[in-house]
Amino acid sequence: MERRVVITGIGTYSCLGENTHEVLESLRLGRSGIIYDESRKEFGYRSCLTGFVKEPDLKPYLSRRDRLGMHEPAMFAYMSTREAMEQAKLDIDFLANNETGIIFGNDSTAGAVINTIDKVRERKDTTLIGSGDIFQNMNCTVNMNLSTIYKLKGINISLSAACASGSHAIGLGYLMIKQGLQERVVCGGAQEINLYAMASFDGLGAFSIRQDTPAKASRPFDRDRDGLVPSGGAATIIIESLESALQRNAPILGEIVGYGFSSNGDHISNPNFDGQFRSLNMAIKHAGMDVSEIDYVNAHATSTPIGDATEAQAIYEVLGGKVPVSSTKGMTGHECWMAGASEIAYSLLMMHNDFVAPNINFENPDEDSKKINVIPEYKEHKIDCFLSNSFGFGGTNSSIIVKKFKK
Amino acid sequence: MNRAEIITTTKRFLSEEFEVDESLILPENNLHSTLDLDSLDYVDLVVVIEENLGFKPTSDDFKAIVTFNDFYDLAEQKIAVA
Repeated sequence: MERRVVITGIGTYSCLGENTHEVLESLRLGRSGIIYDESRKEFGYRSCLTGFVKEPDLKPYLSRRDRLGMHEPAMFAYMSTREAMEQAKLDIDFLANNETGIIFGNDSTAGAVINTIDKVRERKDTTLIGSGDIFQNMNCTVNMNLSTIYKLKGINISLSAACASGSHAIGLGYLMIKQGLQERVVCGGAQEINLYAMASFDGLGAFSIRQDTPAKASRPFDRDRDGLVPSGGAATIIIESLESALQRNAPILGEIVGYGFSSNGDHISNPNFDGQFRSLNMAIKHAGMDVSEIDYVNAHATSTPIGDATEAQAIYEVLGGKVPVSSTKGMTGHECWMAGASEIAYSLLMMHNDFVAPNINFENPDEDSKKINVIPEYKEHKIDCFLSNSFGFGGTNSSIIVKKFKK
Repeated sequence: MNRAEIITTTKRFLSEEFEVDESLILPENNLHSTLDLDSLDYVDLVVVIEENLGFKPTSDDFKAIVTFNDFYDLAEQKIAVA
Protein backbone atom coordinates (compact mmCIF):
# COMPACT_ATOMS: atom_id res chain seq x y z
CA MET A 1 0.00 0.00 0.00
CA GLU A 2 1.38 3.43 -0.92
CA ARG A 3 1.64 5.84 1.98
CA ARG A 4 1.41 9.61 2.26
CA VAL A 5 4.71 11.41 2.89
CA VAL A 6 4.90 14.63 4.89
CA ILE A 7 7.57 17.14 5.86
CA THR A 8 8.01 17.60 9.61
CA GLY A 9 11.18 19.67 9.94
CA ILE A 10 13.30 22.08 7.94
CA GLY A 11 16.62 23.72 8.66
CA THR A 12 18.75 26.14 6.68
CA TYR A 13 22.30 27.41 6.94
CA SER A 14 22.67 29.68 3.96
CA CYS A 15 23.89 33.05 2.76
CA LEU A 16 20.36 34.33 3.47
CA GLY A 17 20.65 33.44 7.16
CA GLU A 18 21.91 30.86 9.62
CA ASN A 19 18.43 29.59 10.48
CA THR A 20 14.94 29.64 8.97
CA HIS A 21 13.91 32.78 10.88
CA GLU A 22 16.75 34.80 9.36
CA VAL A 23 16.15 33.23 5.95
CA LEU A 24 12.44 34.10 6.08
CA GLU A 25 13.32 37.74 6.72
CA SER A 26 15.75 37.77 3.78
CA LEU A 27 13.19 36.16 1.47
CA ARG A 28 10.63 38.81 2.40
CA LEU A 29 13.08 41.66 1.90
CA GLY A 30 14.69 40.32 -1.25
CA ARG A 31 18.07 40.56 0.49
CA SER A 32 21.09 39.31 -1.45
CA GLY A 33 23.71 37.08 0.20
CA ILE A 34 26.36 37.69 -2.48
CA ILE A 35 29.77 39.22 -1.71
CA TYR A 36 33.01 40.06 -3.55
CA ASP A 37 35.79 37.78 -2.26
CA GLU A 38 39.19 39.38 -2.95
CA SER A 39 41.10 36.14 -2.27
CA ARG A 40 39.56 34.63 -5.42
CA LYS A 41 41.25 37.27 -7.53
CA GLU A 42 44.69 36.40 -6.17
CA PHE A 43 43.93 32.71 -6.67
CA GLY A 44 43.17 33.21 -10.37
CA TYR A 45 39.41 33.28 -10.52
CA ARG A 46 37.77 35.10 -13.38
CA SER A 47 34.94 36.19 -11.04
CA CYS A 48 35.32 36.93 -7.31
CA LEU A 49 31.59 36.82 -6.60
CA THR A 50 30.22 34.24 -4.19
CA GLY A 51 27.49 33.67 -1.67
CA PHE A 52 28.92 33.84 1.83
CA VAL A 53 28.33 31.67 4.88
CA LYS A 54 30.69 31.64 7.83
CA GLU A 55 32.20 28.46 9.21
CA PRO A 56 30.15 27.51 12.27
CA ASP A 57 31.77 26.90 15.67
CA LEU A 58 30.61 23.40 16.58
CA LYS A 59 32.59 23.10 19.81
CA PRO A 60 29.59 23.99 21.99
CA TYR A 61 27.58 21.16 20.43
CA LEU A 62 29.91 18.31 19.49
CA SER A 63 32.82 16.35 20.96
CA ARG A 64 36.29 16.51 19.50
CA ARG A 65 35.83 13.07 17.92
CA ASP A 66 32.54 14.11 16.34
CA ARG A 67 34.11 17.28 14.92
CA LEU A 68 37.32 15.76 13.55
CA GLY A 69 35.70 14.22 10.49
CA MET A 70 33.85 17.35 9.47
CA HIS A 71 34.78 19.93 6.86
CA GLU A 72 32.42 22.48 5.31
CA PRO A 73 29.70 20.20 3.85
CA ALA A 74 29.27 18.24 7.09
CA MET A 75 29.60 21.33 9.31
CA PHE A 76 26.99 23.25 7.37
CA ALA A 77 24.73 20.18 7.24
CA TYR A 78 25.03 19.68 10.99
CA MET A 79 23.78 23.22 11.56
CA SER A 80 20.78 22.85 9.24
CA THR A 81 19.99 19.38 10.58
CA ARG A 82 20.17 20.54 14.17
CA GLU A 83 17.48 23.11 13.42
CA ALA A 84 15.33 20.66 11.45
CA MET A 85 15.54 18.00 14.19
CA GLU A 86 14.36 20.49 16.78
CA GLN A 87 11.40 21.54 14.65
CA ALA A 88 10.49 17.91 13.93
CA LYS A 89 10.66 17.14 17.66
CA LEU A 90 13.30 14.45 17.09
CA ASP A 91 16.14 13.77 19.50
CA ILE A 92 18.98 11.28 19.66
CA ASP A 93 17.25 9.01 22.17
CA PHE A 94 14.26 8.63 19.86
CA LEU A 95 16.41 8.19 16.74
CA ALA A 96 18.56 5.52 18.37
CA ASN A 97 15.46 3.43 19.00
CA ASN A 98 13.29 4.19 15.97
CA GLU A 99 14.68 3.40 12.52
CA THR A 100 15.40 6.64 10.66
CA GLY A 101 17.39 7.04 7.46
CA ILE A 102 19.54 9.72 5.90
CA ILE A 103 19.89 10.57 2.20
CA PHE A 104 21.93 13.72 1.74
CA GLY A 105 22.93 15.41 -1.48
CA ASN A 106 26.59 16.32 -1.85
CA ASP A 107 28.87 16.29 -4.86
CA SER A 108 32.30 17.50 -3.74
CA THR A 109 34.80 17.76 -0.93
CA ALA A 110 37.47 19.73 -2.77
CA GLY A 111 38.55 21.93 0.15
CA ALA A 112 39.07 18.99 2.48
CA VAL A 113 40.90 16.88 -0.10
CA ILE A 114 43.29 19.69 -1.01
CA ASN A 115 44.04 20.42 2.67
CA THR A 116 44.92 16.76 3.15
CA ILE A 117 47.11 16.53 0.08
CA ASP A 118 48.90 19.74 1.08
CA LYS A 119 49.77 18.12 4.43
CA VAL A 120 51.24 15.05 2.75
CA ARG A 121 53.18 17.15 0.25
CA GLU A 122 54.71 19.12 3.12
CA ARG A 123 55.41 16.26 5.54
CA LYS A 124 55.90 13.38 3.09
CA ASP A 125 54.36 10.99 5.60
CA THR A 126 50.73 9.85 5.50
CA THR A 127 50.82 8.94 9.20
CA LEU A 128 50.95 12.65 9.94
CA ILE A 129 47.66 13.41 8.15
CA GLY A 130 45.68 12.63 11.30
CA SER A 131 42.57 10.54 11.83
CA GLY A 132 39.83 12.94 10.72
CA ASP A 133 40.77 13.73 7.14
CA ILE A 134 39.49 10.54 5.53
CA PHE A 135 35.99 11.27 6.85
CA GLN A 136 36.21 14.84 5.55
CA ASN A 137 37.57 13.74 2.16
CA MET A 138 34.92 11.23 1.14
CA ASN A 139 31.91 12.49 -0.75
CA CYS A 140 29.59 10.78 1.75
CA THR A 141 31.03 12.98 4.52
CA VAL A 142 27.63 14.43 5.45
CA ASN A 143 25.78 11.18 6.02
CA MET A 144 28.83 9.50 7.64
CA ASN A 145 29.03 12.25 10.21
CA LEU A 146 25.34 12.89 10.80
CA SER A 147 24.36 9.22 11.02
CA THR A 148 27.03 8.75 13.68
CA ILE A 149 26.10 11.84 15.67
CA TYR A 150 22.34 11.24 15.53
CA LYS A 151 22.51 7.41 15.90
CA LEU A 152 20.54 6.88 12.69
CA LYS A 153 19.67 3.24 11.97
CA GLY A 154 17.95 3.33 8.56
CA ILE A 155 19.11 3.92 4.98
CA ASN A 156 22.45 5.73 5.03
CA ILE A 157 23.65 7.10 1.68
CA SER A 158 24.86 10.21 -0.11
CA LEU A 159 23.38 11.24 -3.39
CA SER A 160 25.53 12.87 -6.06
CA ALA A 161 23.66 14.41 -8.96
CA ALA A 162 25.39 17.74 -9.53
CA CYS A 163 23.07 20.70 -8.94
CA ALA A 164 20.05 18.43 -8.56
CA SER A 165 21.61 16.43 -5.68
CA GLY A 166 19.50 17.94 -2.91
CA SER A 167 16.28 17.58 -4.88
CA HIS A 168 16.87 13.94 -5.83
CA ALA A 169 17.80 13.18 -2.19
CA ILE A 170 14.33 14.33 -1.14
CA GLY A 171 12.75 12.52 -4.08
CA LEU A 172 14.37 9.19 -3.23
CA GLY A 173 13.57 9.57 0.46
CA TYR A 174 9.98 10.25 -0.54
CA LEU A 175 9.81 7.09 -2.64
CA MET A 176 11.28 4.98 0.17
CA ILE A 177 8.70 6.18 2.67
CA LYS A 178 5.86 5.97 0.15
CA GLN A 179 6.70 2.34 -0.51
CA GLY A 180 6.90 1.49 3.19
CA LEU A 181 10.67 0.89 3.29
CA GLN A 182 11.33 3.71 5.81
CA GLU A 183 9.27 5.61 8.36
CA ARG A 184 11.31 8.77 8.24
CA VAL A 185 14.38 10.01 6.35
CA VAL A 186 16.64 13.00 7.00
CA CYS A 187 17.10 14.50 3.53
CA GLY A 188 18.97 17.54 2.36
CA GLY A 189 21.83 19.01 0.45
CA ALA A 190 25.19 20.53 1.34
CA GLN A 191 27.57 22.69 -0.65
CA GLU A 192 31.11 23.68 0.27
CA ILE A 193 31.97 27.32 -0.30
CA ASN A 194 35.77 27.48 -0.07
CA LEU A 195 38.18 28.80 -2.65
CA TYR A 196 38.97 25.36 -4.07
CA ALA A 197 35.41 24.18 -4.59
CA MET A 198 34.48 26.26 -7.61
CA ALA A 199 37.75 27.08 -9.43
CA SER A 200 37.16 24.67 -12.31
CA PHE A 201 33.54 25.86 -12.68
CA ASP A 202 34.80 29.46 -12.81
CA GLY A 203 37.21 28.32 -15.51
CA LEU A 204 34.28 27.53 -17.80
CA GLY A 205 33.41 31.24 -17.89
CA ALA A 206 29.97 30.47 -16.47
CA PHE A 207 30.10 32.97 -13.60
CA SER A 208 28.80 36.53 -13.64
CA ILE A 209 31.48 39.19 -13.87
CA ARG A 210 29.22 42.00 -12.68
CA GLN A 211 31.66 42.43 -9.82
CA ASP A 212 31.13 46.10 -9.08
CA THR A 213 27.58 45.38 -7.87
CA PRO A 214 27.54 41.93 -6.20
CA ALA A 215 23.88 42.12 -5.17
CA LYS A 216 22.93 42.78 -8.80
CA ALA A 217 25.05 40.01 -10.32
CA SER A 218 22.69 37.05 -10.09
CA ARG A 219 19.69 37.96 -12.24
CA PRO A 220 17.69 34.90 -13.25
CA PHE A 221 15.48 35.34 -16.30
CA ASP A 222 16.64 38.96 -16.78
CA ARG A 223 17.55 39.95 -20.32
CA ASP A 224 20.96 41.23 -19.22
CA ARG A 225 22.08 38.25 -17.11
CA ASP A 226 25.70 37.27 -17.67
CA GLY A 227 26.18 34.12 -15.63
CA LEU A 228 25.66 32.54 -12.24
CA VAL A 229 27.21 33.26 -8.84
CA PRO A 230 28.42 30.24 -6.82
CA SER A 231 27.14 29.86 -3.30
CA GLY A 232 26.75 27.26 -0.56
CA GLY A 233 25.72 26.12 2.88
CA ALA A 234 23.22 23.38 3.70
CA ALA A 235 19.53 22.67 4.04
CA THR A 236 17.77 19.77 5.74
CA ILE A 237 14.27 18.49 5.04
CA ILE A 238 12.97 15.81 7.40
CA ILE A 239 10.29 13.68 5.79
CA GLU A 240 8.20 10.89 7.23
CA SER A 241 5.12 8.80 6.80
CA LEU A 242 1.90 10.54 7.74
CA GLU A 243 1.22 7.79 10.29
CA SER A 244 4.56 8.38 12.00
CA ALA A 245 4.12 12.16 12.04
CA LEU A 246 0.62 11.92 13.53
CA GLN A 247 1.71 9.32 16.07
CA ARG A 248 4.56 11.56 17.23
CA ASN A 249 2.42 14.68 17.17
CA ALA A 250 5.06 16.30 14.94
CA PRO A 251 4.36 19.54 13.08
CA ILE A 252 3.31 18.84 9.48
CA LEU A 253 4.74 21.50 7.21
CA GLY A 254 3.62 20.07 3.90
CA GLU A 255 3.01 16.91 1.92
CA ILE A 256 5.18 15.73 -0.95
CA VAL A 257 2.83 14.61 -3.70
CA GLY A 258 4.97 14.42 -6.81
CA TYR A 259 8.51 13.62 -7.90
CA GLY A 260 9.58 13.73 -11.51
CA PHE A 261 13.01 13.06 -12.92
CA SER A 262 14.78 12.57 -16.20
CA SER A 263 18.15 12.49 -17.86
CA ASN A 264 18.86 14.52 -20.98
CA GLY A 265 21.14 11.91 -22.52
CA ASP A 266 22.73 14.78 -24.37
CA HIS A 267 25.48 17.36 -23.76
CA ILE A 268 27.37 17.24 -20.46
CA SER A 269 26.76 20.87 -19.51
CA ASN A 270 24.13 22.33 -21.84
CA PRO A 271 20.50 22.26 -20.67
CA ASN A 272 17.90 20.47 -22.75
CA PHE A 273 14.25 21.39 -23.19
CA ASP A 274 13.07 17.83 -23.65
CA GLY A 275 14.70 16.61 -20.42
CA GLN A 276 13.19 19.42 -18.35
CA PHE A 277 9.80 19.00 -20.04
CA ARG A 278 9.75 15.30 -19.19
CA SER A 279 10.79 15.90 -15.56
CA LEU A 280 8.04 18.49 -15.05
CA ASN A 281 5.40 16.35 -16.71
CA MET A 282 6.39 13.27 -14.74
CA ALA A 283 6.05 15.15 -11.43
CA ILE A 284 2.59 16.42 -12.38
CA LYS A 285 1.45 13.04 -13.65
CA HIS A 286 2.78 11.35 -10.54
CA ALA A 287 0.94 13.85 -8.33
CA GLY A 288 -2.27 13.21 -10.27
CA MET A 289 -2.93 16.93 -10.40
CA ASP A 290 -4.13 19.47 -12.87
CA VAL A 291 -1.48 22.10 -13.65
CA SER A 292 -3.93 24.80 -12.55
CA GLU A 293 -3.54 23.56 -8.96
CA ILE A 294 0.09 24.73 -8.82
CA ASP A 295 0.23 28.16 -7.18
CA TYR A 296 3.96 28.83 -7.38
CA VAL A 297 7.04 27.57 -9.20
CA ASN A 298 10.45 27.89 -7.61
CA ALA A 299 12.59 27.81 -10.72
CA HIS A 300 16.03 26.33 -11.02
CA ALA A 301 17.09 29.36 -13.11
CA THR A 302 20.68 30.16 -12.22
CA SER A 303 21.17 33.36 -14.24
CA THR A 304 22.94 31.77 -17.18
CA PRO A 305 21.71 32.84 -20.63
CA ILE A 306 20.89 29.42 -22.06
CA GLY A 307 19.80 27.69 -18.83
CA ASP A 308 17.15 30.24 -17.89
CA ALA A 309 15.83 30.44 -21.44
CA THR A 310 15.39 26.68 -21.66
CA GLU A 311 13.62 26.49 -18.30
CA ALA A 312 11.31 29.38 -19.21
CA GLN A 313 10.31 27.45 -22.34
CA ALA A 314 9.70 24.25 -20.37
CA ILE A 315 7.64 26.03 -17.67
CA TYR A 316 5.58 27.77 -20.34
CA GLU A 317 4.93 24.56 -22.27
CA VAL A 318 3.92 22.54 -19.21
CA LEU A 319 2.35 25.07 -16.84
CA GLY A 320 1.45 28.00 -19.07
CA GLY A 321 2.19 31.66 -18.51
CA LYS A 322 0.06 32.55 -15.50
CA VAL A 323 1.53 30.69 -12.53
CA PRO A 324 3.85 32.92 -10.44
CA VAL A 325 7.50 31.96 -10.92
CA SER A 326 10.61 33.11 -9.07
CA SER A 327 14.16 31.94 -8.81
CA THR A 328 15.51 32.58 -5.31
CA LYS A 329 18.99 32.29 -6.84
CA GLY A 330 18.80 36.01 -7.54
CA MET A 331 19.37 36.39 -3.78
CA THR A 332 21.34 33.24 -2.94
CA GLY A 333 23.40 32.68 -6.03
CA HIS A 334 23.62 29.05 -7.12
CA GLU A 335 23.74 26.80 -4.08
CA CYS A 336 24.55 23.86 -6.36
CA TRP A 337 24.46 20.48 -4.53
CA MET A 338 22.38 22.09 -1.79
CA ALA A 339 19.97 24.06 -3.99
CA GLY A 340 17.33 21.39 -4.52
CA ALA A 341 16.87 21.06 -0.76
CA SER A 342 17.24 24.71 0.22
CA GLU A 343 14.71 25.78 -2.39
CA ILE A 344 12.14 23.35 -0.97
CA ALA A 345 12.78 24.99 2.43
CA TYR A 346 12.51 28.52 0.97
CA SER A 347 9.27 27.61 -0.81
CA LEU A 348 7.81 26.08 2.37
CA LEU A 349 8.57 29.33 4.21
CA MET A 350 6.72 31.23 1.49
CA MET A 351 3.79 28.78 1.59
CA HIS A 352 3.39 29.17 5.34
CA ASN A 353 3.63 32.96 5.22
CA ASP A 354 1.51 33.59 2.11
CA PHE A 355 4.02 35.28 -0.15
CA VAL A 356 6.22 34.79 -3.18
CA ALA A 357 9.84 35.79 -2.63
CA PRO A 358 11.07 38.12 -5.33
CA ASN A 359 13.14 37.09 -8.30
CA ILE A 360 15.45 40.01 -7.60
CA ASN A 361 17.19 41.78 -10.47
CA PHE A 362 14.52 40.76 -12.97
CA GLU A 363 14.30 44.13 -14.67
CA ASN A 364 13.75 43.31 -18.32
CA PRO A 365 12.40 40.07 -19.75
CA ASP A 366 13.83 38.38 -22.80
CA GLU A 367 11.94 36.52 -25.53
CA ASP A 368 11.48 33.44 -23.35
CA SER A 369 10.98 34.90 -19.89
CA LYS A 370 8.34 37.34 -21.11
CA LYS A 371 6.05 34.36 -21.72
CA ILE A 372 6.04 33.31 -18.04
CA ASN A 373 4.94 35.17 -14.91
CA VAL A 374 8.26 36.03 -13.20
CA ILE A 375 7.67 37.88 -9.92
CA PRO A 376 10.29 40.64 -9.50
CA GLU A 377 9.16 41.99 -6.10
CA TYR A 378 7.74 40.64 -2.85
CA LYS A 379 4.15 39.58 -3.54
CA GLU A 380 1.48 38.52 -1.09
CA HIS A 381 0.11 35.31 -2.51
CA LYS A 382 -1.62 32.26 -1.05
CA ILE A 383 0.27 29.11 -1.93
CA ASP A 384 -1.42 25.75 -1.43
CA CYS A 385 0.87 23.88 -3.76
CA PHE A 386 4.28 24.58 -5.26
CA LEU A 387 6.67 22.95 -7.68
CA SER A 388 10.45 23.16 -7.35
CA ASN A 389 12.81 22.45 -10.25
CA SER A 390 16.46 21.40 -10.06
CA PHE A 391 18.68 20.63 -13.01
CA GLY A 392 22.32 19.60 -13.08
CA PHE A 393 25.41 18.93 -15.16
CA GLY A 394 25.26 15.62 -16.93
CA GLY A 395 21.66 16.38 -17.82
CA THR A 396 20.06 15.27 -14.55
CA ASN A 397 16.66 16.82 -13.87
CA SER A 398 14.36 16.72 -10.84
CA SER A 399 10.98 18.30 -10.09
CA ILE A 400 9.20 18.03 -6.75
CA ILE A 401 5.63 19.05 -5.91
CA VAL A 402 4.64 19.92 -2.34
CA LYS A 403 1.11 20.68 -1.09
CA LYS A 404 -0.24 22.11 2.11
CA PHE A 405 -1.25 19.22 4.31
CA LYS A 406 -4.95 18.44 4.53
CA LYS A 407 -6.25 15.38 6.35
CA MET B 1 64.62 19.81 25.96
CA ASN B 2 64.90 18.62 29.56
CA ARG B 3 62.30 16.56 31.45
CA ALA B 4 60.58 19.60 32.99
CA GLU B 5 60.24 21.19 29.56
CA ILE B 6 58.94 17.92 28.12
CA ILE B 7 56.28 17.77 30.84
CA THR B 8 55.19 21.39 30.38
CA THR B 9 55.06 21.06 26.59
CA THR B 10 53.26 17.71 26.70
CA LYS B 11 50.58 18.93 29.10
CA ARG B 12 49.90 21.89 26.87
CA PHE B 13 49.57 20.07 23.55
CA LEU B 14 47.68 17.08 24.95
CA SER B 15 45.14 19.27 26.73
CA GLU B 16 44.66 21.30 23.54
CA GLU B 17 44.35 18.33 21.20
CA PHE B 18 42.22 16.05 23.38
CA GLU B 19 40.30 18.81 25.17
CA VAL B 20 41.10 17.63 28.70
CA ASP B 21 41.96 19.84 31.63
CA GLU B 22 45.73 20.16 32.16
CA SER B 23 45.22 19.50 35.87
CA LEU B 24 44.24 15.90 35.01
CA ILE B 25 47.52 15.23 33.24
CA LEU B 26 49.39 14.07 36.34
CA PRO B 27 52.52 11.89 36.15
CA GLU B 28 50.92 8.90 37.87
CA ASN B 29 47.63 9.04 35.93
CA ASN B 30 46.80 6.58 33.16
CA LEU B 31 47.49 8.24 29.80
CA HIS B 32 44.97 6.23 27.81
CA SER B 33 41.98 6.66 30.12
CA THR B 34 42.76 10.29 31.03
CA LEU B 35 42.77 11.25 27.35
CA ASP B 36 39.83 8.87 26.63
CA LEU B 37 41.60 7.46 23.57
CA ASP B 38 39.85 5.30 20.99
CA SER B 39 41.60 3.47 18.16
CA LEU B 40 41.56 6.51 15.86
CA ASP B 41 42.90 8.84 18.55
CA TYR B 42 46.31 7.09 18.54
CA VAL B 43 46.82 8.42 15.01
CA ASP B 44 46.27 11.97 16.27
CA LEU B 45 48.47 11.30 19.29
CA VAL B 46 51.36 10.40 16.98
CA VAL B 47 50.75 13.58 14.95
CA VAL B 48 50.83 15.94 17.94
CA ILE B 49 53.84 14.22 19.50
CA GLU B 50 55.76 14.52 16.23
CA GLU B 51 54.74 18.16 15.83
CA ASN B 52 55.64 19.17 19.39
CA LEU B 53 58.43 16.85 20.47
CA GLY B 54 59.92 15.87 17.13
CA PHE B 55 59.66 12.06 17.25
CA LYS B 56 57.12 9.47 16.13
CA PRO B 57 56.26 6.82 18.72
CA THR B 58 55.55 3.32 17.39
CA SER B 59 52.66 1.05 18.32
CA ASP B 60 55.12 -0.98 20.42
CA ASP B 61 56.08 2.20 22.28
CA PHE B 62 52.41 2.78 23.15
CA LYS B 63 52.03 -0.79 24.44
CA ALA B 64 54.72 -0.07 27.01
CA ILE B 65 53.17 3.20 28.18
CA VAL B 66 50.66 3.14 31.02
CA THR B 67 51.11 6.44 32.88
CA PHE B 68 52.15 9.91 31.75
CA ASN B 69 55.42 9.27 33.59
CA ASP B 70 56.06 6.32 31.28
CA PHE B 71 55.53 8.64 28.35
CA TYR B 72 57.94 11.25 29.76
CA ASP B 73 60.56 8.50 30.17
CA LEU B 74 60.08 7.51 26.52
CA ALA B 75 60.19 11.11 25.34
CA GLU B 76 63.45 11.74 27.25
CA GLN B 77 65.05 8.70 25.61
CA LYS B 78 63.87 9.53 22.09
CA ILE B 79 64.90 13.18 22.33
CA ALA B 80 68.30 12.25 23.79
CA VAL B 81 68.93 9.82 20.92
CA ALA B 82 67.87 12.41 18.36
